[in-house]
Amino acid sequence: MIAVSDVHHHIGQAQILRDITLTLPAGKITALIGPNGAGKSTLLSLVARLTPLQQGQITVAGLDVQRAPSRELARTMAILPQNVAVFSRLRVRELVAFGRWPHHQGRPGPQDAAKVAAALHDMGLDDLSHRFLDQLSGGQRQRAHLAMALAQDTPWLLLDEPLAALDMAHARALMQTLARLRDSGKSIVMVLHEVNYAAAWADHVVALKAGRVLAHGTPETVFAPDVLGALYDTRLRVIRQDGRPLVLHHL
Amino acid sequence: MTSVGRLPWPGLWLMLALLMVGAVYLLAGLGPRADVVLPLRATRLAGMVVLGVAIAVATVLFQTVSRNRILTPQIMGVDALYILLQTGLVLVLGPVGFATLPVAGKFTLELVVMVLAALALFGTLLGRGSQDVARMILTGVILGILLRSLANLIARLMDPNAFAVVQAESVVSLTRLDAGLLPFAAAVTGLAAGLAVWLAPRLDVAALGRETAVALGLRHDGLVMLALALVAVLVAVATALVGPLTFLGLIVVALARPLAGSARHLPLLITASVLAVLMLVAGQLVFERVLRLQSALPAVLEGAGGVAFLWLLLKGRIR
Ligand SMILES: Nc1ncnc2c1ncn2[C@@H]1O[C@H](COP(=O)(O)OP(=O)(O)O)[C@@H](O)[C@H]1O
Ligand SMILES: [Mg+2]
Repeated sequence: MIAVSDVHHHIGQAQILRDITLTLPAGKITALIGPNGAGKSTLLSLVARLTPLQQGQITVAGLDVQRAPSRELARTMAILPQNVAVFSRLRVRELVAFGRWPHHQGRPGPQDAAKVAAALHDMGLDDLSHRFLDQLSGGQRQRAHLAMALAQDTPWLLLDEPLAALDMAHARALMQTLARLRDSGKSIVMVLHEVNYAAAWADHVVALKAGRVLAHGTPETVFAPDVLGALYDTRLRVIRQDGRPLVLHHL
Repeated sequence: MTSVGRLPWPGLWLMLALLMVGAVYLLAGLGPRADVVLPLRATRLAGMVVLGVAIAVATVLFQTVSRNRILTPQIMGVDALYILLQTGLVLVLGPVGFATLPVAGKFTLELVVMVLAALALFGTLLGRGSQDVARMILTGVILGILLRSLANLIARLMDPNAFAVVQAESVVSLTRLDAGLLPFAAAVTGLAAGLAVWLAPRLDVAALGRETAVALGLRHDGLVMLALALVAVLVAVATALVGPLTFLGLIVVALARPLAGSARHLPLLITASVLAVLMLVAGQLVFERVLRLQSALPAVLEGAGGVAFLWLLLKGRIR
């Protein structure tokens, strides 16, 4: 599991996260939801040590994130940040192959090639694997970065708005892939912009607002109309569809 | 991933061309006094090899850690740091004391100071906080101008003798090449270039951007500091050998990128090094033997590099 305890974070004078204490269950899909600027991305980068921790403690599968060796951390969790830009001119396959770096440190073997091929296939990139990244659409590039994270093949997978640029077919395909990974024992934490994906696919939901945890638990508890309405400060209805909540917020 | 067996063909052709041009430079028109001329040419050739490798490797490393393809360490003033250091030494020791310093000891001391100063100045500039590339470049360029002006100011306060020594140090000349310094410069450059080659796979990861590199378990900030230390050493060597060359690295690496046939650092480092030496030797051959212009090459290379810099800027390759 991921244990976050007593985490505060500020940038300059601004308090971004306050008193976050949470446990995220292993072997589940956890959705992180909340309005723009709630601190979801900040929390994820603290967990992955992309941003140094200012106060509190975070452990991932028993590793203290502040002290763990870089390589061990990178073999425990993969993260897809919200905005990734790559400086080199790379082909899709080359980018995805970098996901294996924590395992081979520059000397890839046959099993690395197999994982790369599988990740490319899972993200529907077989036909695009020889394209340069700058020749892709936003959604295709997003899938390439996702494939890199998948190729890292870590017990924990942290994804910041992975659906943001994907069309509905690719979004569903990704959620199916993630559900399959979860069933094979992996743990997934993802920031979701569209709450209905969380309602339909997540096992556990954490709702952040203004740097605090407003609610967390099963989709049933978090997707109560009053909780969700308070979270996003908007009118909405929650109905049930196939035994899952479905939020009507676009009307 | 790191096997030299996958060296791209353009790299091999460049090496062949370099061997041929090198042989012509050494052997063509030796005349009756070959016993005198040959060692002289060999020294100059060796100097150009060291210079080319130092400039190419330093530029590749610097472009990777600054995530920018139109920069050279010299544009950001790393060589100005070295010239300031020289000027300071002349000021403290006087022109005679400066000239009589033991070469190896003086150079070792200079390298240590260079590395420390470059890490302090450019480490903060290129470190974690530098998301804003345009601002970082501007700061670097201004820093370079500041260092140059400071060196200039100190030089003008000196007596004419000392001033002449400093002037000679800060004018580019391939023929000035200090033979006493050469073995030492070659050893340092070989070591630094070897280290860069060893770091190549890590540099590939660093080029993915800080966030991705950290997520993949690379000790990114440490690598940036190490690369900067190598840049400082290599620029010190190049500047000590022939003086400040601002744009040569730019043109060399810009041409080497497409020739290397991959974004990987190993082929890029090799291709850029070979290309740099080839351009220096071929250029010197033409200017020295055909045009009989002993010292025009650096100016021409710098001019061409300057044009390339402008072209890259206007093509919007600033990223
Ligand atoms: N560099 C920064 N300086 C000041 N405030 C920042 C900076 N980066 C992010 N923030 C603020 O931190 C808050 C949380 O940001 P973020 O974690 O990206 O939100 P989310 O991912 O939930 O939309 C936002 O209010 C944002 O404005
Ligand atoms: Mg965000």
